[in-house]
Amino acid sequence: MTDPFVLVRRGWQRFTAPIDGILMAILAALLIGAYVAMMSASPERLPAHNINLAIGLAVMWVVANVPPQRMQMFALPLYIIGVLLLVAVELFGEISKGAQRWLDLGFIRMQPSEIMKIAMPLMLAWYFQKREGALKFRDFLVATALLAAPVGLIAAQPDLGTSLLVTAAGIFVIYFGGLSWKLIAPVMLLGVALIAGIVAYEKQICADGVEWPGLREYQKHRVCMLLDPSSDPRGKGFHTIQSTIAVGSGGIIGKGWQQGTQTHLDFLPERHTDFILAVLSEEFGLLGVIVLLVLYCLLIGRGLMIALTASSLFSRLLAGALTMNFFTYAFVNMGMVSGVLPVVGVPLPLVSYGGTALVTLCLGMGILMSVQRHRKRVS
Amino acid sequence: MELKTPEQELSGFRNRIAVAAIFVLVCFGLIVARFVYLQVVRYDYFATRAEDNRISLLPVVPNRGLILDRNGVVLARNYSAYTLEITPQKVGDLEGTIDELAGIIDIQLKDRRRFRKLLDESKNFESLPIRTRLSDEEVARFIAQRYRFPGVDIKARLFRQYPQGELASHALGYISRINRKEAEAIEQNEEMAENYRGTEHIGKTGLEQHYEEELHGVTGFEQVEVDASGRAVRSLSRTPPVPGNNLILTLDAELQRIVEQAFGERRGALVAIEPGTGGILALVSKPTYDPNLFVDGIDTQNWNALNNSPDKPLLHRAIYSAYPPGSTFKPFMALAALRTGKRTPTQAIHDSGLFPFGNHVFRDDKVGGHGMVDMVKSIVVSCDTYYYILANEMGIDMISEQIGEFGFGSLTGIDIQGEARGVLPSQAWKKARFKKPEQQKWYAGETISIGIGQGYNNYTTLQIAHATATLAANGVMFKPHLVKYVEDVRNGKRRMIEPTPVKTIDLKPEDVEVIKRAMVEVNKWGTGTRAFAGAEYVTAGKTGTSQVYSLKGAKYVESEVAKHLRDHALYVAFAPAEAPKIALAVLVENGGFGAQAAAPIARQVLDYYLTGKRPAGAAQPDPDGSD
Repeated sequence: MTDPFVLVRRGWQRFTAPIDGILMAILAALLIGAYVAMMSASPERLPAHNINLAIGLAVMWVVANVPPQRMQMFALPLYIIGVLLLVAVELFGEISKGAQRWLDLGFIRMQPSEIMKIAMPLMLAWYFQKREGALKFRDFLVATALLAAPVGLIAAQPDLGTSLLVTAAGIFVIYFGGLSWKLIAPVMLLGVALIAGIVAYEKQICADGVEWPGLREYQKHRVCMLLDPSSDPRGKGFHTIQSTIAVGSGGIIGKGWQQGTQTHLDFLPERHTDFILAVLSEEFGLLGVIVLLVLYCLLIGRGLMIALTASSLFSRLLAGALTMNFFTYAFVNMGMVSGVLPVVGVPLPLVSYGGTALVTLCLGMGILMSVQRHRKRVS
Repeated sequence: MELKTPEQELSGFRNRIAVAAIFVLVCFGLIVARFVYLQVVRYDYFATRAEDNRISLLPVVPNRGLILDRNGVVLARNYSAYTLEITPQKVGDLEGTIDELAGIIDIQLKDRRRFRKLLDESKNFESLPIRTRLSDEEVARFIAQRYRFPGVDIKARLFRQYPQGELASHALGYISRINRKEAEAIEQNEEMAENYRGTEHIGKTGLEQHYEEELHGVTGFEQVEVDASGRAVRSLSRTPPVPGNNLILTLDAELQRIVEQAFGERRGALVAIEPGTGGILALVSKPTYDPNLFVDGIDTQNWNALNNSPDKPLLHRAIYSAYPPGSTFKPFMALAALRTGKRTPTQAIHDSGLFPFGNHVFRDDKVGGHGMVDMVKSIVVSCDTYYYILANEMGIDMISEQIGEFGFGSLTGIDIQGEARGVLPSQAWKKARFKKPEQQKWYAGETISIGIGQGYNNYTTLQIAHATATLAANGVMFKPHLVKYVEDVRNGKRRMIEPTPVKTIDLKPEDVEVIKRAMVEVNKWGTGTRAFAGAEYVTAGKTGTSQVYSLKGAKYVESEVAKHLRDHALYVAFAPAEAPKIALAVLVENGGFGAQAAAPIARQVLDYYLTGKRPAGAAQPDPDGSD
C-alpha cells in the first residue's frame, strides 16, 4: 500500500525531474513579462498566445526528457530533411509579401527555415563530436560548408533575419569548437570595416539604381532606411521612426501599463510581434528595458554555465550555441527597435507573439535542460 | 593544428565561454547605452514627437453668413450634405480606386471630369470630392466597405445654395473652391491663413466676393487625439467658431424678378437706386446664369456652354459693360448749359433737321426738324440739333467738367469689385488714350456728337442710374451700395451700412426744376408717352438710343441692320417726380428705340415699386415709339 500523497509526490518529482529550476524561473519571469506586454499591445491575441505557450512548454518538457546522446541521432536526418525542404521551398514554395518562405505539405504549412535554427547547431555539434580529438583545420572548412549551404538557400528566399540567426547559430558552434583566434580576428575586423564603410558611404551606395550583390532591393532599402529613416518617413522608414519615438517618449519610468500613446493609437507597427519591445519601452520606460536585459543576462549566464558543465563535446557545443542564439535574437531585435540595426524581422525571444519562434525557442530551452540533467557529475 | 587533450580542450572551451560572456555583456551594454540615449538624453524630443503624433489641431469651419433681400427673402444659404472625398497623396492608383468606388457608389463621367479639374487646381494634401450630395444609403454602403479604401472618406460639409436660382446672380456672385492662386494669396497673410485653415470655398464674384470677410466668420479649433491613420479618436478641447455675418440687402428680390422677367430673352442691364440713400433696389444683368453650378466646381460641359455663349451670360453688364448713353445724356447736357450760362430755359433755336459743321452735316432724327425748340422741348422731343449747337458752343472740356460732376467716367464705389470706369471724353483723355500725335489731337467736330450722348461717350448702366439718382436728389450724391445691414447671427444685432453722401453738387433749385419738368413732360407728350400712359404717379424720364454701328449719315432702318449691330435702347427715370423714391437706368442691347424697348421695362419697375402692381404678362413693346 502506497500513500496516495507519496504517489502524487513521486509523480510530481518525475514530472519536474528534467526541469532545471533556475532556467525555469528565468523563463517564467520572461513569459510573465511577455504576457503583461501582450495584454497591452494586443489583448485579442491572448487566447492564441495561451495555446502557443502550452505547445511551447510541452515541447520543452518532452525535449528535456531526451538525453543528449539520443539527440545526436537526430542531427544528420534533421539537417538533411531541413536542406531538402529548403530546396523544395525554392522550387515549389508559396510566395507571400515578395518572399518565398512557406511550404504547404498538405497537412501543415510551414517555414522550413525555422527547422534550421535548431538543426544547424545540432548538425555542427554532432560533426565536431564525431571528429573529437582529431579536429583539423579541414573540419572547420567542412563545418563552414555545412553552414553556408542552407544559409544561402534561406537568404535566397529572401529572408535576411532567419539566415542571420542560422548563420549566428553555426558560427557559435564553430567558435566554441575551437576555431583559431587567428582566423576569428580578421573576419571580425572585416565585418566592422564593412559596417563602417556602409555608414560612411551611405549616400552613394543607397542611391537609386545601385545594386547590392547578393541582396534584394527590399533588403538594400531596409539598410538604407536605417541609415537615414527620414528619407522615406511614410514608407519603410516609418517603422523605425515610430519605434524610436515610442522608445524615447517612454522616458525612465514609462507612461504606464496600457497608457502608451504610440502603441494604442496605432502609430507603432507590428506592436505585438517584432516591435513588442517598443511597447515595453514606452509603457515601462528604461527601467522595464533594464529588467528585461537582466533577465536575458541571467538566462544566458545560466545557459553558459550549463554548457561549461556539459558531459560531452556535443552537449557543450550545442548548449553554448543555443544559449548564444538567445543573445543573437535579443540583440538584433533590440537594435532593430531602438533604430541601430535594420528591420530584419527578428522577434524578441520568448516575448514576441508568434507560435513558430516560441516553440523553436522553447525547444532550445528543453535541450539546455536535458544537457543540464545529463551533466558531468563533479565529485 | 595540433591535437589537444580533452583537458586542454576543456580549458580552451572555458576561455571561449568567458569571452562569449564578455561579448554578451559588452553588446547589451551598447544596447543599454542606446536606450539611455533615447529615453533619458533625448526624452524631451521624443516625448514632443509622440505628442505631435497624438494631438492634431483641427479647424472647425464657421457657417457662412446668409444673404437676404430687404424683405427677408433668402438669396444665399447653406445646407449640410455628405461628400465622398479622396486624398490623392494617400492613394496609389487613383483611377483604379475611382473604378472600385464606382462599384458601390454612383460615379458618373461628369464627376470624374470635375475631379480631374479639381486635381489640376488642388493644393497639396487636400482631400477632393469625387461625389457630392450622397444619399444616406450610399453613405451606409461606403462605410461598410471603408477598410478597402485608404485615403477615401465621407465628410459632412456645408454647401452654399442659391435658392432663387438665376435671380440676381450677377449681384450675388458665387463661391467656389479656393484655387491655387487664391491659396497663395491667403498664405501671404498670416492672419487670413490661420482663419482659412479648413475653408475650401471663397467668394469669387459679386457680393460673395466683396463681403467675403463679413460672410466667412472666424474659424474655430478643436484639439483632438488622432490615431495613425489620422482619424480623430476623442476631442480634447474646443474653441467654437464664430459664424459669418448675414447680409441684408437693399435689393428687392421681387422687383428684381419682375425686371428679369420683363427682359425675357433680351440682353441688357437695369440699375434701380433709392435716390436719398444710394441703396440699390435692383441690379439686373441679362441673361443670367445659375450660380449653384459653380459651388461644387463647375463641370466642363456647363462651363463651356456659359463661357462660349455669344450672349455672354457670365458678363455683369450693369457694371462691367460701358455703352454710349445716347439721348439719356441730354438732361445732363441741358443742366450743364444752365449752370454755365450757355442757355436760359426759354432761349430757343430753330431746328431745320440739319446741322452743317465743316464739311460734315449732322442730322436730326426727325426729317425737316422740330422747328423752334427751347430747352424743355429739346428734352421732351429729344431734339438732336439743339444739342449739336450747344455742344459746339460749350466745347469738349467744359462738357467734360460739367458732366463729370455727376459721376460719369468715375468709379461709383459700388460694393462689387471690378466696375468699369467708362469713358468721359476730354482733350486730356484723348491725349492719354492714343499714341500717335495726329490721333491725340481733339477735333472740334468730335464735340458735336458728344452733345447727344454718342461719340467717345461710354458709361456703365450703373453710372447712368447713379447720375439719374443724383439728379433726382437735387444734386446730393450717395455711394451706390447693395448691403443695408450686416447682421450678427449670434445675437441678431444689426449694423447698418450708413448711406455715404459722396458730395452735393452745387445746383440752383430753379435749374433743376426746369430739367425735372422737362423729364416729366417726356412722359406726358414726348417720347415716353405711350409707355407711361395711365400711370398712377408722376414720373420723370428720358429715352435714349445708343449707336452700335456708324451709318455715316445714311438713314437707320432697323430691319436692314444685323441684329447684333442694332442700336441699344435706353431709358432713365425717377418717380414720383416731386419726391423721388426710385431712380433707374435701363439698357436693352440691340433693342432698337429706347421708347419702344426700354421704357416699358421701366414702367413695370415703377408700377410695382410705387403701387405694388404686377405686370399682367410679358412686357409689350411699343410699336411706334421714337426718340
